[in-house]
Amino acid sequence: MTLYRDRPEAIQALVQDDRVHRDIYLSEELFALEQERFFAHTWLYVGHASQVPNPGDYWALELAGRPVMMVRQPDGTVRVFYNRCAHKGTRLVTDESGNTGRFFRCPYHAWTYKLDGAPLAIPLKTGYEGTRLKECESGQGLTELKHTVVYRDFVFVRLSDRGPDFESYFGEALRAIDNMVDRSPEGRLTAGGGVMRNIIHCNWKMYLENINDTVHPMSTHESATQAAGALWQGRAPDEPKPMAMEQILPFGSGYDFFDKMGGRVFANGHSVLGVNFSIHSNYAQLPDYEAAMREAHGAERAMEILQRSPQNSVLFPSLSVKGSPQAIRVIRPLATNRTLIEAWSFRAAGAPDLLFERAMTYNRLVFSPMSVVAHDDVHLFESMQQGLKAEGNEWVSLHRNFDPAELAEDTVTTNGTNELLMRNQFRAWAKYMAEPAS
Amino acid sequence: MTDAVDFIAAEAALLDAGRFDDWLALFTEDGHYWVPLQGAAQADPISHNSLAYEDRLLLQLRVDRLKNPRAHSQHPKSHCQHVLQRSIVEDENAATGELALRTPFLYIEARGEEQVMLAGTCRHLLVRTPAGFAIRQKRIDLLHAGRALPAIQLFI
Repeated sequence: MTLYRDRPEAIQALVQDDRVHRDIYLSEELFALEQERFFAHTWLYVGHASQVPNPGDYWALELAGRPVMMVRQPDGTVRVFYNRCAHKGTRLVTDESGNTGRFFRCPYHAWTYKLDGAPLAIPLKTGYEGTRLKECESGQGLTELKHTVVYRDFVFVRLSDRGPDFESYFGEALRAIDNMVDRSPEGRLTAGGGVMRNIIHCNWKMYLENINDTVHPMSTHESATQAAGALWQGRAPDEPKPMAMEQILPFGSGYDFFDKMGGRVFANGHSVLGVNFSIHSNYAQLPDYEAAMREAHGAERAMEILQRSPQNSVLFPSLSVKGSPQAIRVIRPLATNRTLIEAWSFRAAGAPDLLFERAMTYNRLVFSPMSVVAHDDVHLFESMQQGLKAEGNEWVSLHRNFDPAELAEDTVTTNGTNELLMRNQFRAWAKYMAEPAS
Repeated sequence: MTDAVDFIAAEAALLDAGRFDDWLALFTEDGHYWVPLQGAAQADPISHNSLAYEDRLLLQLRVDRLKNPRAHSQHPKSHCQHVLQRSIVEDENAATGELALRTPFLYIEARGEEQVMLAGTCRHLLVRTPAGFAIRQKRIDLLHAGRALPAIQLFI
C-alpha cells in the first residue's frame, strides 16, 4: 500500500507549523522515499580527507543505502565514486579502507579502472569487438558522484543531479566547520583515534532532533549527573577537575543555563545551539595554545575563534559538529527504526595533544556504546519508537515558543530551549521530500 | 596459580550477581578498566580511543548511577553472564609480585526482549596485597570492538 509515493500533499501535511505526524518516524514507505529523494537532494557528509592521506587510499561506506568510496587521486584531490564494478555490480573494495595502488581491480573478472574511475583493461577484450560495450554505462568506467565538494577537508556529496548548490544549501552553517579548523594554528585537522560506532533502534530524526534538545538533560541524564555531582561534592570550587569530571558535570546545568545559551536556525534545517555559551565553554585554559593561536590569527581573531564554543552545530541532515572539543557525530540512517551513529575525534595541527585528548575523552564518555550518559538517551529514543505506535494521538508536539513570525524568516536567533531548532529541521525535511525545481 | 585463576572466576561471578560494589573493591587505588577500540591490536589507551578507559572514580560513577531509580535505561534491568575459558598465566613478575593472566570469554547482556553477545579475551594484571589479589588493570579485547555496537550497560 502506498500512502505517500504519489501524494506529495500528504507528505507536506505531516509537518504542521508546531507539530509533526508520527509517520515521519514510523513509516517504512517514507523511509524508502527519504532514501530515494530526501537524502539524494540534500548534501551529505562522506568523510574527512585525512582518512585517505595518500594516492590510491580509499575509504568505503554506505550512503543512503548506496555503496560509495572516497578515493585520493594522484594529483592530491579527493573524489567519490560508487563502489560498484561497471561490469556486474561487484563492490570493487570490501575492506573499509586501504590502498588500492595505481588502479582498482575487480576480483570477479579482473576488470580494472584508473584511480579517476576511467576504464583501464578488460581480459579477452577481442570478445567485445563489434559490441555496444563502449557506448554503454558498463564500458565507461566507474560512476563518479559528480556533485562532490571538499570544504576545508570535509567531504560532502549530493547524490542527485537536482538540488541546491553546496554554498547556498549550507550558507552560514559552514562557519561551524571553519571554527573547528581555525582552532588549529596551522589550519589543518586530522581524524584520529578511531571512530565510535553505535547502533540505535530508532528513527534517525529522533537522534538528530535530540542534538538540539536542551530540556532533556535535567531529567534524562539525572542518574549520571547526580552520581557525578555526588562524587565531586565537597571539593573546593577552584580544585582542578580531572578531564572526565570537567566534561560530565556541566550536563547537570539547569533549565536556565540551557535557555540562556541561545540558539540560531538557518534555512535548510541547519542550526547552532549555544550561540552565547555552552557546556563546553569552561574547559581549562591553555596559555601556550592561546599564544600559538594569537601568533597564527592575531589577538582579536584568536579570541573570537576560541570564545565560540557552541553545544552543537547541525549541518542538516548528516553531521553535528562540536568545535570544542573537536568532535563530530555522523548520522547514518539504516532503516526506519535503525540508525548508525559515528563519533569521530580530530587532532588539530599545531595544537597541544591535550585538545586531541579532550576530543577522544568526550567521545568516549558521551558517545561510546558503553557511555553512561548515552545509555539513557538511547533507551528513550528506542522507547519513543515503540510508544508512538499507541493510538489516540498521532502527533508529536513541537509547540514550545512557537511564534508565527518565525515562518517568514530563514535566520532566527532565539532562546536555547525554543523548539524552533527542531521545527526548522522538519520544515527542511518536508522541503527536500518534494521534488526540487532544478 | 590456581588461586589467581579462581580469583578471575570469582570476579566474573560478582558481576553476574550484580554485586558491583564488591566488584569495584577488587581494584587497586590506581586500577583501570579498559576496553580498547582496536581490541588486541591496540598498543595503549592514549594514542587511540577506547570504548571505555576508566579509573576508580569513573567506575564508581558507573556503579552509583546503576543504583539510581532514575537510571532510565535500567527499566527493565540488564543482567549479564560471563562464560569463561580457563585463565592462562601469561607472565609473573617475581620482583613486583604482578601477575598477568588471559581469559577468553563469551559475554551475554540481556535486557527486556534483547540479548547482546560479545566474544573476546580479558587480560588481567593482578597484584598481591595482604588481603589477597587486587586488579591493577582489567583489559578487555573484544573480537569486533571497532564495529557498530548497541548499548553495553554493565561490565564485561
